[in-house]
Amino acid sequence: MLESLMYAILALGGFALFSGLVLAISSKVFHIEGDPLSDKIDALLPQTQCGQCGFPGCRPYADAVASNTVDVNHCVPGGERTMLAIADVMGVEPKAVDEEEATPMVAFIREDECIGCTLCIKACPVDAIVGAPKQYHTVIADHCTGCVLCLEPCPVDCIDMIAKPELLEHWSWPLPDTQRAQTGLERRESHHHD
Amino acid sequence: MIKHFFKKLGFSSAPFAGGIQPDMQKWTESSAIEICPLPPLLIVPMKQHIGQACSSLVKVGDHVLRGQKIAKAEGYVSVPVHAPTSGKVIKIEEHAIPHPSGMGLASIFIEPDGLDERDTSLQPITDWQNMDVGALRERVRVCGIAGLGGAAFPTFIKLVQDQRNPIETVILNGIECEPFLTNDHRLMVEHSQEILHGMKIIMHMVGAKQGIIAIEDNKADAIQSMQDTVDDANIEGLNIHVRVLPTRYPQGSEKQLIEVIIGKQVPAGKLPMHVGVICQNIGTTKAIYEAVVLGYPLTERVMTVSGDAVPNKGNLLVRLGTSMRFIYAQRGLENFEGLQILHGGPMMGERLRHPDIPVIKSSTGLLALSQDFFKQAHAVEEPCIRCGHCSEACPIGLTPNLLADHCRNEQLEKAADYHLFDCIECGACSYVCPSHIPLVHYFRFGKGQAAQVRREQNFAEASRQRSESRDTRIQREKDEKAAKRKKVRATHAPTPTEAEQGKE
Repeated sequence: MLESLMYAILALGGFALFSGLVLAISSKVFHIEGDPLSDKIDALLPQTQCGQCGFPGCRPYADAVASNTVDVNHCVPGGERTMLAIADVMGVEPKAVDEEEATPMVAFIREDECIGCTLCIKACPVDAIVGAPKQYHTVIADHCTGCVLCLEPCPVDCIDMIAKPELLEHWSWPLPDTQRAQTGLERRESHHHD
Repeated sequence: MIKHFFKKLGFSSAPFAGGIQPDMQKWTESSAIEICPLPPLLIVPMKQHIGQACSSLVKVGDHVLRGQKIAKAEGYVSVPVHAPTSGKVIKIEEHAIPHPSGMGLASIFIEPDGLDERDTSLQPITDWQNMDVGALRERVRVCGIAGLGGAAFPTFIKLVQDQRNPIETVILNGIECEPFLTNDHRLMVEHSQEILHGMKIIMHMVGAKQGIIAIEDNKADAIQSMQDTVDDANIEGLNIHVRVLPTRYPQGSEKQLIEVIIGKQVPAGKLPMHVGVICQNIGTTKAIYEAVVLGYPLTERVMTVSGDAVPNKGNLLVRLGTSMRFIYAQRGLENFEGLQILHGGPMMGERLRHPDIPVIKSSTGLLALSQDFFKQAHAVEEPCIRCGHCSEACPIGLTPNLLADHCRNEQLEKAADYHLFDCIECGACSYVCPSHIPLVHYFRFGKGQAAQVRREQNFAEASRQRSESRDTRIQREKDEKAAKRKKVRATHAPTPTEAEQGKE
């Protein structure tokens, strides 16, 4: 009687010990750095690092959304498409985006007014401004995300935001102008804003 | 399955799946190629091919010769642009090009001096049989040759010998399945010698053993002309044949033609060379002959000017850069009110907003159609009735009605699952649709949106990387500074007296 009880305890105890060991090892070996949900959201964000969401960059906003502390609709440059994608990942209801999506802009430095103070270079979150102290600075338009973070630090106000130049290669066909295509579009848009 | 059944009964002679038989309206098939006079101004866009735009080699005030290189290729998928005649560069600025967006591109404006002097820096190569293949390929590239069938893909890229994908067959595409267009047809009738010569050069360059000239059976005189020329040439023991095919649209599409000729499908995402074939357009082949044997860069092309609104229809040899308004005027059309003008054929061509646009390398034809003629395409889009005609017409075997729904609703991933990117935009589905659904337009919209999403993702990824490397750099600088400060403090630890002096 006692003997069979011992067998049971030994067998189950041994198995529990073994399982614990396997779990302990695999939690070390297959450890995932960071939060996969936040990674997923970060991948959806436009990476402008503009701070319009109230966080100091895209990654912090992604972390906040992943931890369910803020809504999914604060990314202004991402617009509706980004909001829908994030809502889909988080499994929550879509919400209207804070502001209407504006035309894409880029910063432009009026070089003859630039005093070469490097303050805008330090402010640019994506290293899209080149220049050196006491030398003209210029914006690499292809790299500029239009975050406007360089405007404020400029002591001589020589930075303008201009519409991103439209490229022939980037042109794409609009929807056909048939009634059906357009009503579908309207219905979709009103649905998202409800 | 129904299609299969019909095929068995012999109702359909279609050698490839799907396709349509539109009214061909080849009104200009018996009008000989005429030379279009030089216009008072030539506008040469710096990109006339698929790929990267060229950069200008001339400046305002320069005198240029016909065939002189005026813009150099940038990047691999690019070919240079040449002056279409001799004259003076009067300005370089943006000008509208044949593009559905109506947008412009940097163009070189040349005022002809009327002498039409040629730049003779390129030597003719008559013994190309003994020439290095690479040198011939370079010749085709520097002569600016891009596919003249409408896509304008740089031709030299296709003319390559690859050990892994040896080319067995060269197919000369004399199908010209677009309604209205007859430029390749006339070239085969009038310039069969040059075309055959060009074909031999191509076969030599890619090391092909077999050459097939494919012509549809609605071009009897072209078949006769090419057959006669080949019969004479076959004395040299070359394996070149003329293949006559039943008329069917879109048989002139590269992948469909290959399927018909060699009985193999080009897999999705692969090139014809992966099944041992290259296809060349008739006009391109003649251009290759001229580039190699005569040393002439591409400065002119044959195009069809047709449509019910054109009084004097015909086939014209036009200098690249000639304004379309000038060409229409030559054929007696000056008032464009209420007309639709098309660049290319009616199936795959694009509608233009105005005729003040220059002819480029991809200009196969110029059509002007009256509103009555165009009415069908303007009918109101009705709901899909699930008749399945579009699926039967699709030469790729797609389901256009479902695909259009996904594109309309911007469900791009689903559209990709339904093989949106295999669509060749031939327009057969739109043509047969009884509900007048502009199916191809939806596909173009979907493809454009998908490309936009991809571009945005790439841009975001690049921005992320720049942002991250900036963060690590700032952190590193901070650490270095801190380490330095520590080091300085350790070695120059202020003595009590120094510290006191510092205070004072």
